[in-house]
Formats: sequence, structure tokens, C-alpha cells
Amino acid sequence: MIHAPSIHYVTILPELIFLGASFALLLAAGLNRKVLSATTGAVLTTMAGIATIVVNIIQWRDVSTHGATVTIAKAVIQDGFSVVATGVIAVGSIMSAWVMRDYLARDRHRATEFFVLALSAAAGAILMVQANDLIVVFLGLEILSLGLYVLVGFDRRRSGSNEAALKYFLLGGFASALFIYGAALLYGATGTTSLTGISYFLSANAVLRPGLLAAGAILLLVALAFKVAAAPFHMWSPDTYEGAPTPVTGFMAAIVKVGAVAVLLRLFLMSLPTQTDLWHPVLYVIVIATLVVGSLVGLVQRNIKRLLAYSSINHAGFILLGLFAGGARGVQGSLYYLMTYVPVVIATFAIVTVVGGRGDATHDLNAYRGLARRQPVLGGTLALLLLVQAGAPFTTGFFAKLSVITAAVADGGVVISVIAMAAAAAAGYYYLRTVLSLFAADDPFGEPVAVPVGSASVIALGASSAVIFGVWTGPLVALAHHATLLLP
Amino acid sequence: MHSSWWLNALIVWPFVAAGLIAVLRVSSVKFMAVAFAAIEAALAVVVWSGYRGNLALSGAGGADYVSHSWWARSLGLAHSVGVDGISLLMVLLTAIVALLALAGTTAAHHERSYSAWLLMLVGASMGAFVTRDLMEFFLFFELTLIPSYFLIARWGGKDATRAALKFFIYTLFGSGFLLVGAIYLAVRHYDQTGTLSFDYAALHGTVVTTAASVWVMVGFLIAFGVKSPLWPLHTWSPLAYAEAPTAGSMMLSAILAKLGTYGLLRFGVLMLPGAVAHVAPYVLTLAVIGILYGSALAAVSKDLKRLVAYSSLAQVGFIMLGLFSQSATAISGSVLLMFNHGVITAAFFLLIGGLEKRRGTSVIGDLRGLQGPAPVLAGIFTVVMLASIGVPGLSGFVSEYLVLAGTFATHPWWSVVATTGVIFAALYLLWAYQRVFHGVAEGENAQVVDVSTAEKLALAPLIALIVVLGVYPQVALSRASHSVNSQAPAMWVTDSTGQVK
Repeated sequence: MIHAPSIHYVTILPELIFLGASFALLLAAGLNRKVLSATTGAVLTTMAGIATIVVNIIQWRDVSTHGATVTIAKAVIQDGFSVVATGVIAVGSIMSAWVMRDYLARDRHRATEFFVLALSAAAGAILMVQANDLIVVFLGLEILSLGLYVLVGFDRRRSGSNEAALKYFLLGGFASALFIYGAALLYGATGTTSLTGISYFLSANAVLRPGLLAAGAILLLVALAFKVAAAPFHMWSPDTYEGAPTPVTGFMAAIVKVGAVAVLLRLFLMSLPTQTDLWHPVLYVIVIATLVVGSLVGLVQRNIKRLLAYSSINHAGFILLGLFAGGARGVQGSLYYLMTYVPVVIATFAIVTVVGGRGDATHDLNAYRGLARRQPVLGGTLALLLLVQAGAPFTTGFFAKLSVITAAVADGGVVISVIAMAAAAAAGYYYLRTVLSLFAADDPFGEPVAVPVGSASVIALGASSAVIFGVWTGPLVALAHHATLLLP
Repeated sequence: MHSSWWLNALIVWPFVAAGLIAVLRVSSVKFMAVAFAAIEAALAVVVWSGYRGNLALSGAGGADYVSHSWWARSLGLAHSVGVDGISLLMVLLTAIVALLALAGTTAAHHERSYSAWLLMLVGASMGAFVTRDLMEFFLFFELTLIPSYFLIARWGGKDATRAALKFFIYTLFGSGFLLVGAIYLAVRHYDQTGTLSFDYAALHGTVVTTAASVWVMVGFLIAFGVKSPLWPLHTWSPLAYAEAPTAGSMMLSAILAKLGTYGLLRFGVLMLPGAVAHVAPYVLTLAVIGILYGSALAAVSKDLKRLVAYSSLAQVGFIMLGLFSQSATAISGSVLLMFNHGVITAAFFLLIGGLEKRRGTSVIGDLRGLQGPAPVLAGIFTVVMLASIGVPGLSGFVSEYLVLAGTFATHPWWSVVATTGVIFAALYLLWAYQRVFHGVAEGENAQVVDVSTAEKLALAPLIALIVVLGVYPQVALSRASHSVNSQAPAMWVTDSTGQVK
């Protein structure tokens, strides 16, 4: 007789909410004679997001009183880290949804599938954040990726979108294959796919096949590096970022990072801390390459979306620096970085969406010349968001960098920290150049762009979160500090 | 009300004022900006007159108005303020120069945002000078970049965008080393005490290996050396000083450069005295090279603004010389020189800005015989010039003398070579004066109007400071040297006979 594993439903409620909302929307669209409006999708996503945040609060109280919970045959975990990361995904989804709505309304796309896919992708990311088993990680990764493959190619009349989708799909599929191969090798070496199980096995046994373990760990690292667009596995990202519908780019830049980084942290700090000597050198190279590529190649970009793609690669380098540092401080650093980066990057891409205009085509940096003079509020906010990303003081962008650098220095990584700061300075150059062109006096594209209310609110939310929590740093820092990962 | 609120007011008020200027739609932006800056100056005077640091209050360096509160504890962030004699001088300098920069210059366009950025720059500089926390210092230090960047880029000369970008990137690049060094010290402190903190007093007592402290010092030298600027990290400065609008040059050279030397003194020299012994020969050599190089380039400068920029490089060389001399006398002299150089160079830029407004150029070759049509202008220029050369009776002399005399006791040869810099200063300044003011004015030069009452009012306080501090330097020096003597290692402190106390 087969015993069904017990299920702690509160733990998996966020996934259920997002998947449920996705199915409900699909069903409603199928049963409804008329095409559902984009607003319906955005409202539903918002409701799902808010419901998830409420569940997060309940989970947080549960974790702070009872500690972490492992459920469904140890496949899914609920700890402080997963709760906060889930909340970040929920906030990111809500923000993205309103940018998507305005985009769909402006470009007259059929709307329903868009939100079905976005909701399921978010559910996949949440599953990754909570996964305690390589198979579940893979499940989450695929749910996330499948949704995104379609979303990237959603604008099928535009060849750039098709190209982006194809590239993302091929390389993403490749990364998935690497992942599953790595998972299989790790299973071969340890006899389990459970993340905590691997940790227990490695702490209690001598490894008989170290080659298998090493190959498995490195393959997993590479596969996830693909997903966060870490160099040298970043090649797809500028093309995909450029070609994808802009709200999708913002959504991807935010959500995929949260999911993949969560898995990286769990896998390497929870399952493989005993093998640090093995993966640390590889990660060292990846982090430095990511920082350098993200800052230097960004210098020569002429398209805002490509520029932001490299900026996002640079941020990935910083987030991975937290993983490199490891320990509670490293986890705190990476998590704080994600918490503060997600609203900012979505707001930035919201402005890019708005400026892109009908057809989502105007993304040359020249279109941004003099924006702050034509539209002081919009241009000024973009300047602020770019400065936040550059790490301006008294904004969350600075404290995010500070928290990962502190973790790295505490771990003895002084050299890598200096390199990171140098990369940040180089990246500062392209942020600043863009900021200055916003204030340039001449304006070749003199038309003011319309800013719909939804996008405006998202932009305001992203920018104000960076400034408010940059001055009132205590709460978010404390939240990241207490959102501990179940470390061995 | 706790006394530290005066310092908080000093930091917050300029930002509030900048916000008010941006929001309120009054007709005379300049009047409002000057009034707001005057309030800031009044606050600074209150802080100055209420200062009781000489009464040996607290352990690490007799600071007054001290308060400490946590901000985000797990990251070691705290809001920690207090002034000692060193910061006190810088606070006063900042408030005075800011007031005069706003009163003595006018924006060519967009006056509202110009005044707002200037006030923000004042607030950020104030924050850096009154904080006692290295990370908070770093935050304000970085924050000064944003307003100064916009000031240079938007209101500067033809090549201003490039100048602003170069200035920003150089400083940003340097500050990475400062950040990592600061975190390194804080982490060591955490390892030893279990508290992550960037507080000056906490880091002061942190034990680090000599090698580590030298590396941290090198990092700080890069960061602050860019800002100060220390040769050979100065290459951004002539361009930025020359391209910035007058008020921008004033703030850059009088205040922001002092952020570099002040930071190096407080968080480098006084916090890591052990490392000073190891780096001193190298830094002193760089300082002396800076003095000679700056003087040489000032002599061949074709533009008055560039001349003052290179002369600033030489003056900063003197400041650096004193800071790394391992002599408390010379360090006190350096602190006084920071203040005096701030006043003198602010006066220079005001005068040159005035010339530029009248003649549309600051190129020396285009100016001639201005003494005839503008005798008062020439007279004021003479006083400022003589103070900069270091003529006894004016402020420059006292501070340069202290630096050179103090350094001579510990590193005589560097002091000897540096002293030639004083002669060179006389050479290039008098030569420039000769070319600009002597001779017969013709054409446009003959049409130059003399200083207006408004300009006199803006210059008067600077001239007064130059004279008062030349005759009675004790009023500033006693506060500075008391703080230096109480914070510097005992073996750096000598009595009047040159004996180690």
C-alpha cells in the first residue's frame, strides 16, 4: 500500500494561488465569448499577489514561532528565506502586471494568455524558491521557463521578438538539459535528490565518486548561471532583453533572478557546503567575469534595453557575490539585494515600456535625450532609478551593494570586493552618461509620451521604495537579516 | 533638546532649503537661496560658539555635540555625529563658502535648480564633516558627487560634460577602495567584539596587523587622494576646476577637496597611526612632487582658473605633507591650512569669476592692465595673492610655517624641498598678477568696471578671515591643535622646545 505524503498546505499555498489564478483565467477566457480585457488579468494578478503576501505573513509567523517546515516528503521547504523571497516575487508580479496591462492596451494585443503565462511563470519561480529537491527545482524551473519562452515571443508580428524567443528557448533548453544531467550525476554520487538529503549524506559519508559529485555540482552551477545570465553564460540575455516585449523583459530580469538565486543559495550553501573547495574557484571566475562583462560591455551599448541587460548582468554579479561569500551574512546580502532590486528594475523597465511607444520600438538611447526636460517627472524618476542602480548613497541601491560587499569582506574576499567596486564604478559611467543625456538641451524626438496611470503608479512605487528604504534602512535590512535560510 | 540636534540641523537644513527652493514659486530665487544659506551659516556660528571640546569631554579626541543611534544594526549602520576642533573648522568653512558662493555668483540659467543643487551639496558636505561614523561619512562623501556632477555638467563651460564625467568616475573609482577598506576594519572589529560598527571610536581601537593597516591606508590614500587631489591622482582636477561654474569651482576646491584631506586625517592618519610610519616616505614624496609639479604647471598656465587649480594642487601638497609628517604641530598646521586654503581659493575663484563675467574670458593673455580701470579689484586680488604666497601677517603664512616647521623636525629633507614651493608660489602668482593687472589697458580691458558693492560684500568676509587668521591664528588653531594633540599618538606630540611630551 502506498502512503501519500502528508502535506502542510500553508507552505504550498503561494504556488497554489498563482497556479489557481492562472487556470481560472484560462478557464474564464475559454468559457467567455468575448476576449477578456487586459485589466481583468492585471486585477487577477494583483489579487493573487496580495493573497500571497497575506499567506506570507501567516507563514512568517509560523516560521518565527515553529522554525522551518519541510513537507510533501521533504520536497518543499518553508523557511524565513522562502517566505521573503516569495513575497518579493508576489510584489514583482503585481508591479509587472500593471505595466503589462498598459502595454497590451496600447499595442492592442490579445491579453488573456499573457497573464495566464505570467501567473504560471511566477508560480514556477515560487516553486524554485521553496524547492528542497532537485526534481522539484527542475519542475519549478520548467514552469517558469515555459511561460517565459512564450511571453518573450509574444509580439509575433515583430521579428525581434521571435528571434529573442528562439534564442531564449534554445539556450534555455540547453541549460535545462545541463541541469537535469547535473542533478542525475549528483544523485549518482549521493543517492538522493533531496537538497537536505545531499547535505546529510555528504556530512556523514566519504564520497566514493568525487568526480561524479564534482561534475554534477559544476553542471548545476553552469545551468543556473545561464538562468541568472552570469558571464560567460550571458550571451542570450542582451538579445532576449532587447527583443522581448519590454514589460516581459522587466518581469524576467526580476523574477528569474529571484528563483535561480534562491536555488543557487540552497544548493551550494545548504547541500554542498562541505564541497566549498570544489565550487568556490569556479564561482570566483564566474562572479568576476559577470561583474566585468556587465560593466565594460555595457559601456558601448546604444540601445537602452541592451544597456539595461548588461546592467542586469552586473547586478547578477553582485548578487552572486553574496553566494560566493556564503554564510548567514552572504544569504542576507543576496536576499536584500533581490528585495531592493526587483521593484527598481521593474519600475525602470516600466519607463522603458512607456517611452518605447506604440509598437514597442523606440529604444534607441537618442530617444532619451532631453526626456527630463520634456517631462521632468518621468525623466527625473528615470534618472533617480538609474542612480539607484548605480548605487547612489541613501538609496537601497547602495545598501544592497554594501550588504554583499560586507559579506564578501567578512569571508576574506577583499580582492573580489575591490574588483566589484571597480566594476560598479565602470557601470556608473554608463548610468551617468544616460542620466546626463536625459537632461540634454536638444531633443530630436520632441514628442512627450503618454504615461498611463497603472504604469505611473508602478514607477512611483519602485522609485519611492528605493528612496524611502534608502533613508529608513532599518526594516528591510532587519527583514533580510531574520529571513534565514535553513543552513546546516 | 540634546545638543547634537544642532548638528542634525546643520545636515538637514540645506536639504530642506533645497526642497523649498524647488517647490516654492517665489520671484527672487537668489534672495531666498542666500537667506537659506545665511541660516546655515548662523547655525554653524552657533555650533562654533557653543563648542566645548577643549574641556576634554570624551575619550577619543574630545568631541562635542556627540550622539549615536543605530540605523540598521545588522549591517552596522549608525547615525553618529559630533564635532571636534578639526571638524569645527571645516563646518565653519563650508557654511561661509556656501553662503558666499550663493551670494557672489549668479547662475546663467535655471537659477532654481542651480541653487537647489548647491544647497544639497552643502548639506552633503556638512554631513561628511560632522559624522563620527566611517560608513555615514562614506555615504555623504558619495552623495556630494551627485550635486557637484550636475552643477559642473549643466552650468559649466564648453567642455563641462566631459569634465563632470571625469570627475565623477575618478572619485567613484577611488571610493571603492575606501568602502572595502572601511568594511575590512569593521569586520575585524566585529571579529574582536561581536559588534559590527563603523564608528570612529570603535574602529580606532580595532587591532589589525601592520600589513593589513598599510593596505587599508593605501586604499584610503587612493580614495581621498583622488578627491584632494594628491599627485598623480589629480588629473581630473584642472579640467573640472576650469570648466565648473564659479560657485562650482569654489565648492570643489574650497570644500570638496577638503573632504579628501579631512577624511584622510580622521580615518587614515589618526585612526591608523601605525600605518603612517610605513607609508610616510612615499606619501611625503608624492606630496612634494605635487607641490613642485603644481607650481610648475601653474607658472605655465594660460588661464587664471587653471592657474588656481594647479596652485591648489601645490597647496594640497602642503596639506598632505603635514598630515603624514608624524608631527602633531604639522598636522595642526595642515588643518589650519585646509581652512585657509579654502578661504583663499574661494576668494580667488570669486575674483576670477568676476573677471570672467566682465571680460568673457579668464585667459591671461587676453587680460592686461586691469589695475587702471579696476584698482579695488586689483587691491583685493593682491591681498588674496599675498595670503596664498604665504606673506607673514596674512593667514597663509601661519599654516604653511607650521606645516614646514613641524615636518622639518621629523622629515627634514622633504621639508627643505617643499619650502621651495613657497618661492615658486610667489613666482607664478606675481608673474600672473603682472601680466593681468600691470601695463596699459586697451580696448575691452580699459572698459572693465571695478568691483560692485555686492561683490565687495561677498569678498569682505573672506578678506577679513585672511587678515584675522594671519594676525591672531590662535582663535582657530587652539581648537584644532587641541583635538589633534589629544587624538594623535603621544610620540607625535612635542612641546615648544621640540621634546616629545
